[in-house]
Amino acid sequence: MKPAPFIRHVPKTLDEAVKILAQVAPQDGRVLAGGQSLVPIMAFRLAKPAHLVDINEIDGLDRIASDGTTLSIGACVRHGAFHKSVVGNPLGALLTFVARHIAHYPIRMRGTFCGSLAHADPSSEWCLTAATLDATIVARSTRGERPIPAREFFAGIMSTALAEDELLAEVRLPLLSPDTKFGFNEFSRRAGDFAMSAALVTYRLQGGKIAEARVGVGGAEPFPRRIAQAEAALNGQPPGDKAFRAAAEAAANAVEAMEDHQTSAEYRRDLVRAVVRRALEHSNR
Amino acid sequence: MTEKSSITLTINGRDHAIKVEARRTLADAIREDCGQTGTHIGCEHGVCGACTVIVDGEPVRSCLMFAAQAAGKQIRTVEGLAKGDTLHPMQQAFMDHHGLQCGFCTPGFLMLAVGVLEREPDISDDDLIDVLSSNLCRCTGYQNIIKAVRAAAKEMRK
Amino acid sequence: MSAREQHTKGSGLKWVGRAIRRLEDPALVTGQGRFTADLPAAHWVRFLRSPSAAGKIESVKAPQGATMITATDLKGVKPILPMLHKFSYRPVPQQILADGEVRFVGEAVAAVVAASEEEAEDIADAVELVIGDATPVVDARAAVASGAPQIHAEAPGNVILEGRIKTDGFDGVWAGAHKIVKVDARSRRQNATPMEARAAHAAYDAATGRVTLTCTTQMPHLMRTAIADVLGMPESDLRVIAPDVGGGFGQKMSLCAEYVVLVWLARKLKSSVAWTEDRRENLIASFHSRDQTIALEGAFDKDARLLALKADVLSNIGAYSCFPTTSGVEPLMAMAEMPGPYDFRQYECRARGAITNTCTMAAYRGVSRPVITFALERLMDKAARAFGLEPVDIRRKNLIGTFPYVSAAGLKFDEASYKQTLEMAVEHAALPAFRKRQAEARKQGRYLGIGFATFSERTGYGSPAFTARGMAITPGWETVHVSVDPSGFIEARIGSSPHGQGLRTTLAQIIADELGVEPHKIKVIHGDTDTAPYGWGTFASRSLVISGGATLIAARKVRAKLIKIASTMLEAAADDIVLEDGQAKVAGTDRTVSIAKMAREAYTQTHRFKGEIEPGLSESGTYDPPGTFSNACHVAIVEVDVETGRTRIEKFLVAEDAGRIINPMIADGQVHGGIAQGIGNALLEEIVYDDSGNPLTATLAEYMPPTAREVPEIELHHIETPSTESITKAKGLGEGGCIGAPAAIVNAINDALSPFDIVIDEMPATPQRVRAALRKAGAA
Repeated sequence: MKPAPFIRHVPKTLDEAVKILAQVAPQDGRVLAGGQSLVPIMAFRLAKPAHLVDINEIDGLDRIASDGTTLSIGACVRHGAFHKSVVGNPLGALLTFVARHIAHYPIRMRGTFCGSLAHADPSSEWCLTAATLDATIVARSTRGERPIPAREFFAGIMSTALAEDELLAEVRLPLLSPDTKFGFNEFSRRAGDFAMSAALVTYRLQGGKIAEARVGVGGAEPFPRRIAQAEAALNGQPPGDKAFRAAAEAAANAVEAMEDHQTSAEYRRDLVRAVVRRALEHSNR
Repeated sequence: MTEKSSITLTINGRDHAIKVEARRTLADAIREDCGQTGTHIGCEHGVCGACTVIVDGEPVRSCLMFAAQAAGKQIRTVEGLAKGDTLHPMQQAFMDHHGLQCGFCTPGFLMLAVGVLEREPDISDDDLIDVLSSNLCRCTGYQNIIKAVRAAAKEMRK
Repeated sequence: MSAREQHTKGSGLKWVGRAIRRLEDPALVTGQGRFTADLPAAHWVRFLRSPSAAGKIESVKAPQGATMITATDLKGVKPILPMLHKFSYRPVPQQILADGEVRFVGEAVAAVVAASEEEAEDIADAVELVIGDATPVVDARAAVASGAPQIHAEAPGNVILEGRIKTDGFDGVWAGAHKIVKVDARSRRQNATPMEARAAHAAYDAATGRVTLTCTTQMPHLMRTAIADVLGMPESDLRVIAPDVGGGFGQKMSLCAEYVVLVWLARKLKSSVAWTEDRRENLIASFHSRDQTIALEGAFDKDARLLALKADVLSNIGAYSCFPTTSGVEPLMAMAEMPGPYDFRQYECRARGAITNTCTMAAYRGVSRPVITFALERLMDKAARAFGLEPVDIRRKNLIGTFPYVSAAGLKFDEASYKQTLEMAVEHAALPAFRKRQAEARKQGRYLGIGFATFSERTGYGSPAFTARGMAITPGWETVHVSVDPSGFIEARIGSSPHGQGLRTTLAQIIADELGVEPHKIKVIHGDTDTAPYGWGTFASRSLVISGGATLIAARKVRAKLIKIASTMLEAAADDIVLEDGQAKVAGTDRTVSIAKMAREAYTQTHRFKGEIEPGLSESGTYDPPGTFSNACHVAIVEVDVETGRTRIEKFLVAEDAGRIINPMIADGQVHGGIAQGIGNALLEEIVYDDSGNPLTATLAEYMPPTAREVPEIELHHIETPSTESITKAKGLGEGGCIGAPAAIVNAINDALSPFDIVIDEMPATPQRVRAALRKAGAA
């Protein structure tokens, strides 16, 4: 179980990186960031890239910055960077809470936020976060910079809108209103396993009623997305069991659940119902 | 085979000048090229944690890094834990509490626990169990690994 | 004071019974352990494995210049042909590399040799392998159905063996029973998953023409015998070393075809060759286990006493039989031990092994007993429900209470504590308080359950037990050489081959007590056919009982010799000599002589003892006991999340009796580890094939051994009933943990879900299966 041979390129700047990527992409060149998803696939030889553009030695890609409205996360920011809050905004607490559900500690030391998005595993917690919060994904290539809204970014199981010569340079997450409540829940077989279903919710309270609800579901469909029916079931309702159950039911009905040899679509809908309700309960702490 | 490049790995403070292919994993380089066989390989896909080492202060899976990526970094392995004849408190605790049986997963658990506790000495007990769930052991049922790590954590805080 | 402390205190022994730190550990915690894959080699081997479950090999074409061997190159090499002289067993040959036909995905078709592992894999990837279409049979029931494709010509109907047993008078008792209770139990397929996968390194020595095979094995001597047989070479030209071995659990007990290839290549290339199995290979092509269905019926009288048991066992044994036990090991163990710890006289059983196009089955810790205990304990819980009893009460009525006891299947049980461990477990589990908590939780929509499993664990059985199985290879006995060298240090060379069990420590404790020395002065040597006496290795909860007994016998001989020497040197009567603190002393005096001095005399002053003792200070002991039964009661308290179907184990409690405990710390560790594997069996671990025989669980993300999060805190309680069938009074306990845990956990799940009136009789009880049962019952 050793990777097939490849040539490793080690650019020192982002410009250099996209230049190399433009050259090697047609020859099955790929970007190597944290490698925590890519390297296992290479070990199984399910991927045999001929070139890897290793972006770990580019200065400044581990930058996390806030301009007051947006949090920017650089291409080499590791999951572990979120173990402590990165911004004095409910978004910081949200990211910290979500981060501790990602795989395991040593994986979080290497794996990157942006790499997770580029890999686009259906069960990825960061993909769910990006979809729920309508992140902007910034693609860089020799052709320039291209911001992609999250809802246009995910295209299928491990498939995205990134062109082969584009490098995912940054993700921008909108900061949340200070009164935003969030909740997260996921279901996996063992600690640290891929989530079979996960839900992230945010909303504000206006006059004791839920407003601006966002309900994101991951792990159930080929890629995570917001579930409008569940959001509609929440908006205007007081937070509590009744509204939460209605939203969970709406989400379960709305998803086109994936099936595999061991997991029926029916079961995955059961999980969606459970994780959405539990995420909502978590938000109401 | 593809071209090999010359790199230097610094393991437990000692430099190893080696020639490796780009695809050589850090785990293989530590074992095969640097002869430090205390680090074990259990799955090569990042799940079992037997190959955990500390790179620049962070516990990482050495099967999921390429050797070339670790050049110039400080790598610590199980061979570097003891100071001379004095065992690291974690090693001592694993012996005192029977935290090992076959011993194959042990180096990975030692480096995981030491790596995390050096970064977060006051980690909560619940978080500590989460951390220990990173690695697999097939012999101990984890009972005595948990006991050992709790005891060593106390010792390391002193 | 616990029962254990009392017993140890009364034993008069200084070291046996103490939780001393292991002598194995200093090397292992410092990275100085020596495992097979640590050895450098000139050549690396990669096996090309079949991507098809069934079919004729049409062509295998290596890339230009590659070194590759196939079955064609191995002309003259015999197949692996395990044999059992019983139960119409059909011997099916396994060629070392697939010859003409493949029978499971992962079967080795060719071996590629290169200078590095990476290159060997590159070449193997480039081999063009064409396999014709054929219809595979994956499921055991489908395999034995009429019209199923024949997997081996030698085994018509795909049945490798069919055992039957029926007691006289069965039909009458069955017909007169008050109530018949039935369970259809199933355990899905597992993989033992030692953290070190298999590995082998074979090195040719040009000076002697010998090959040294270093490999991950639990039985080095038998590997030597078997490989020499298959290759037709003198056994003395092969040395097998089991260095540090990273867990085995039965998977490393059987002969691997891959190891034969390595030895063949080392001789062919006159060099060193190595193979390290990767995790995917381990999960698809190393030995599998369990995969068994048991239709079990119990006949009870009106007082809920079990009168008779009827079982139909079907084991999916995979594509080939395993050496040395044969793949009869699972069905036949089920047949012999199905009656468990219960007292009844009538028994009928049919046990079959079905050949399928899946990976070969072999022993895995517990061998069938996790499944039969599961079936039997489910039956007892179902019967309790049918009679309106607490599960504990039906066990109270039916457990064996007088000894020795001969089971309905003819096994002799020595004294044990089935009822006492049950009561101990009930007390510590605080059953009445739990029932109250359970009722309150249900009102809040939370489903808690408690499950019990009482079981016996047959351990330390010697050749009589294996003879009864009809195995062509009849293991059992063990030999130990204990010697004091001229410097006064003590060495024990043993035929067992521990790989995590701590035998270097526990055997040293036994010797220390006999010879009056400290355990750390004693080295236990094992795992090398050149230096250790012929023995059967470590498996089947046998080593501490059998090697321990042989150690005691040998140590007693050395002791006798030392006393003789001391009495000469100290001019005292033998009866007055005591051995302690590394010395012989004359009781009541200050006259002493050190063991070192006596040892020196034994080698260099033999004339002083002429006619009285043989020169040197080395003695041998062999032990071949009949077997002794350990027992335990396991209790699981679980909560089932009915929305997701997930089971969380809140608490796991054990009351166990394994006779005299040599080292309580090591004993507890064995139980802990077994329970964790039992948790995997009950809830998580499952090798899945699709209908075409493709394995779908080839990574550790899909095949799921439990982590520290899934194993709860385990509470252990002990009783020590000294064994009368073991000269150390110790019983074995290596497998009990994984035998009882699955039954206790699934019983607890059923108890939790009793309001829904559903039944879970299948393991692992995955969230998917639990939810499906709930949904079927119309419960949410």
